[in-house]
Amino acid sequence: MKLILKVVLAGAAGLFVSAGLASAQSDTLTTVKNRGMLNCGVGTGTPGFSNPDDKGNWTGLDVDFCRAVAAVIFNDAAKVSYKPLTAKERFTALQSGEVDVLSRTTTWTMSRDSAMGLSFVGIMYVDGQGLMVPKKLGIKSAKELNGASVCVATGTTTELNLADYFRTSGMTYKPVVFEKVDEVNAAYDAGRCDVYTTDQSSLYAQRLRLRNPDDHMVLPEIISKEPLGPAVRQGDFQWFTINKWVYFALLDAEELGVTSKNVDEMLKSTNPEVRRLLGVEGEFGKGIGVDNDWVVRIIKGVGNYGEIYERNVGPNTALKIARGLNNLWTKGGIQYAPPIR
Amino acid sequence: MAVTGIAARAPRRTPSLLDLLYRPEVRQVLFQIILIIALAALFWMIISNTAANLRRQNIASGFGFWNTTAGFDISQTLIPYTNTSTYGRVFWVGLTNTLLVASIGIVFATMVGFIMGIARLSTNWLIARLATVYVETIRNIPLLLQLFVWYFAVLKTLPPPRQSLELVGGAVLNLRGLYLPEPLPQPGFQIPLAVLALGVLASIAIAVWAKRRQRLTGAQFHTGLAALVLIVVLPAAAYFLAGAPLEFDYPTLRGFNYTGGIVVLPEFLALVLGLVIYTGAFIAEIVRAGIQGVPKGQKEAASAIGLSTGQTLRLVVIPQAMRIIIPPLTSNYLNLIKNSSLAVAIAYPDLVSVFAGTVLNQTGQAVEVILITMLVYLSLSLFTSLLMNWFNARMALVER
Repeated sequence: MKLILKVVLAGAAGLFVSAGLASAQSDTLTTVKNRGMLNCGVGTGTPGFSNPDDKGNWTGLDVDFCRAVAAVIFNDAAKVSYKPLTAKERFTALQSGEVDVLSRTTTWTMSRDSAMGLSFVGIMYVDGQGLMVPKKLGIKSAKELNGASVCVATGTTTELNLADYFRTSGMTYKPVVFEKVDEVNAAYDAGRCDVYTTDQSSLYAQRLRLRNPDDHMVLPEIISKEPLGPAVRQGDFQWFTINKWVYFALLDAEELGVTSKNVDEMLKSTNPEVRRLLGVEGEFGKGIGVDNDWVVRIIKGVGNYGEIYERNVGPNTALKIARGLNNLWTKGGIQYAPPIR
Repeated sequence: MAVTGIAARAPRRTPSLLDLLYRPEVRQVLFQIILIIALAALFWMIISNTAANLRRQNIASGFGFWNTTAGFDISQTLIPYTNTSTYGRVFWVGLTNTLLVASIGIVFATMVGFIMGIARLSTNWLIARLATVYVETIRNIPLLLQLFVWYFAVLKTLPPPRQSLELVGGAVLNLRGLYLPEPLPQPGFQIPLAVLALGVLASIAIAVWAKRRQRLTGAQFHTGLAALVLIVVLPAAAYFLAGAPLEFDYPTLRGFNYTGGIVVLPEFLALVLGLVIYTGAFIAEIVRAGIQGVPKGQKEAASAIGLSTGQTLRLVVIPQAMRIIIPPLTSNYLNLIKNSSLAVAIAYPDLVSVFAGTVLNQTGQAVEVILITMLVYLSLSLFTSLLMNWFNARMALVER
């Protein structure tokens, strides 16, 4: 009888799993509209990308992408329910339908785009993996790290790049792998590791959270390319297209000079590109299943890509990261969006 | 009897299918068959539904990942492993790490538990109160919190590698772990090993012989002393006679970390410490209850026939207390094994951390990975239960 009970319980658990998958099946846009909230998977605390402020509101580059999507659907950027996810939990949360979009400093890779059933929307932030060390070690280059202990978060591309880098450089190292960023931080701060590694942008962000940020330095080497972007589930093309074009619209708006301050005047613009972008001409919004003023909603809600960048990670923030590669293609960067026409 | 009576009076007719259905033995079997079919259908539905959903979402399934290159490193490996090994190898590394921490944890938790349990019953006021404070504090704080405290307490007190604590015998202690000299057996080391093996066998034989002689004649023999000579003194003598055929690989500071020797990670130390102290508190209570559960008259009868306090405890109280102790002890062992999965929070590379953590994430195959992990913990627990049940049956009071 005990065995039968166990079998029934296991069965019930299995049903829950399949029910979760089944709910992911129906059209995501309708589900989100009916729910009245966008479920957005974010990080557990990375300043500049996804971090709750002192009033408990989520802020950051990744958070603003979700706010932009919510603005398109509900004309209200605040209608987002944030789910903080660790690196380990994030893909299962998206696959099982717990979140509608995963916007959490996640690296776009081929295996994630194929075997994991995800579709990456675009590259919100061009990044690369960096290494941070305490200044008192007196190390100037990553080539001097032979035999080091390295703190890293589990389930990340970082963990794999690290192995590749030390292998190709013919050096050895000891990984110390934590599940949560906070624990990586605490262990590194306690001196458990010689090196802290993650994407370089996050490295600057996490350095601010150490006891004495000035005692630590980020080494000049970038050991990988980390295109970070939002991802959605495969199998819902409409939802994928909406998210993809929200990202493109953020870039196109910046390129055409449409900002949250001048958007109302821009509505009267005679430039056909601006008129198409803002839905004055053509029916581009309808084509992806949303209202025609979708870009106006985004810009009023969160601003264009440049505004989002400056507000969260730019030179005037605590992170002080220059635009660099994340500048528009017209300004020496590689951020580039197809035209709306 | 009544049934046959009614059947005899009723007009005879050929038994129909309905009659067959009403026969208790037929119904019994029938309902079981229906239940099994229903369960099988349920299972089939779950499996096919899951498979279909995974296929539709384009998520890879199956166990093909087992032989794929893992590409990441692990800080502690008991079996050979490099970052070019397979995910299957990662599983074995994680499993051996879990087994290591669980078995060491069980041994020490039992020792701590028995000492503290007996201490709680001590007539010394201070010792008894200290044991009570230990049990009541530790039992009532969540294990995860205790692990964090131990881990960060361990980290905060240890010095960085360049200011390492030099311990006796060439051992070194710092933030990166406890570095022990690694013994490297040289030719000729088999001789003391062989003497040791012979000593153990001889001690067992002496113990059996002494017990039998005592039963027959009542005469006692110093088994413990004989075993000490056979197991410790003789092999030690053989070791030195053979020219001390053992060399040590001492840890040395190279670059900014120590290399060589055996490394015990601070994560491992913190995890074992946390598990032992937490589980030990529960075992202490079980031991106390077990000893107090032995009727007082037993002790009095033992001293009436002239047994010393030690003999009373060893021959009368403990054997009877064990009957009460073993079943709840088993469930605490099982708890310790399962709790060892909290390792993931403090970076110890156990099965949950490396397999259900990193492998799951790199492959994205949550269903398969979690299924395997659950099966492993289930088998470990069932195996432990079996072992303890066997032990319990042996220790059970033989009633005449």
